[in-house]
Amino acid sequence: MSTSEIDRQWTTRLRRRALEKLPPEKTLPDSQPSYVSSWIYVFGVTTISALIVVIATGCLLALRGPTWWHASSIGHFVNSLHLWSVEIFFFAMVIHLWGKYFMAAWRGGRAMTWITGMVLFLVSIVTALTGYVSQTNFDSQWISTQAKDAINASGGGAYFNLLNFGQMLMWHIVLLPLVLVFLVAVHVVLVRIKGVVPPFEENAGQQSAGASHE
Amino acid sequence: MGPLLYAALLPLNHPGHYIHWHFIEISVANTIVIGLMLLTFVAALVLPFPGRRRRKENQ
Repeated sequence: MSTSEIDRQWTTRLRRRALEKLPPEKTLPDSQPSYVSSWIYVFGVTTISALIVVIATGCLLALRGPTWWHASSIGHFVNSLHLWSVEIFFFAMVIHLWGKYFMAAWRGGRAMTWITGMVLFLVSIVTALTGYVSQTNFDSQWISTQAKDAINASGGGAYFNLLNFGQMLMWHIVLLPLVLVFLVAVHVVLVRIKGVVPPFEENAGQQSAGASHE
Repeated sequence: MGPLLYAALLPLNHPGHYIHWHFIEISVANTIVIGLMLLTFVAALVLPFPGRRRRKENQ
């Protein structure tokens, strides 16, 4: 195969483009700018850590089923871990959102990072709702019968029926986690490509001299 | 005696408590969570990050 033929291959072009956009030193950096040494920057990774626990405990719940999580001590424990990791997930995500909002984190060509984050927030809410209606208890019955009116009023009831337990469970354990994990991956890759947003006072200096690293 | 050992620290077997203020209606539990989020947000802005001074001195 000639060099020009190799250059034209989609694998060659894709690899070169990926390496150009995201070289290894950006994918797994050795250092971060000095302004990242603040507690306000830890809430993104806290959210991802909580999501890992949510998915791991969700896998255990899926393996053993409702009788296990309702009737056994270890099932109760894993069910509680699933709930509380979701609480921490939303708690950290909202603080991450506030922090990024007041930093105007869409600056410097980071609009897509901001947009994927906002879509992740909305998808997470729908994932939590489908989780609440998949508990198979009185709470899930109450929530599904109340929430169905809102969905029906919006005209979406024909496609997203909160009273259809099988549909809600499949959205909760297949479709929405796939979307969430994909969007989290895109969000993190975008952060790696564009870097962490600098504070306002660093922004002007960084544009002329580059950020100081530690 | 057995079930008592596993009982929640706070009594949860009753309807939730709600705060009513004009048109605003919110559960006490949600108010506490929002308050804790605000506290954590402010704490994250003002508390010193471990090792920050040492790193600045090394620069």
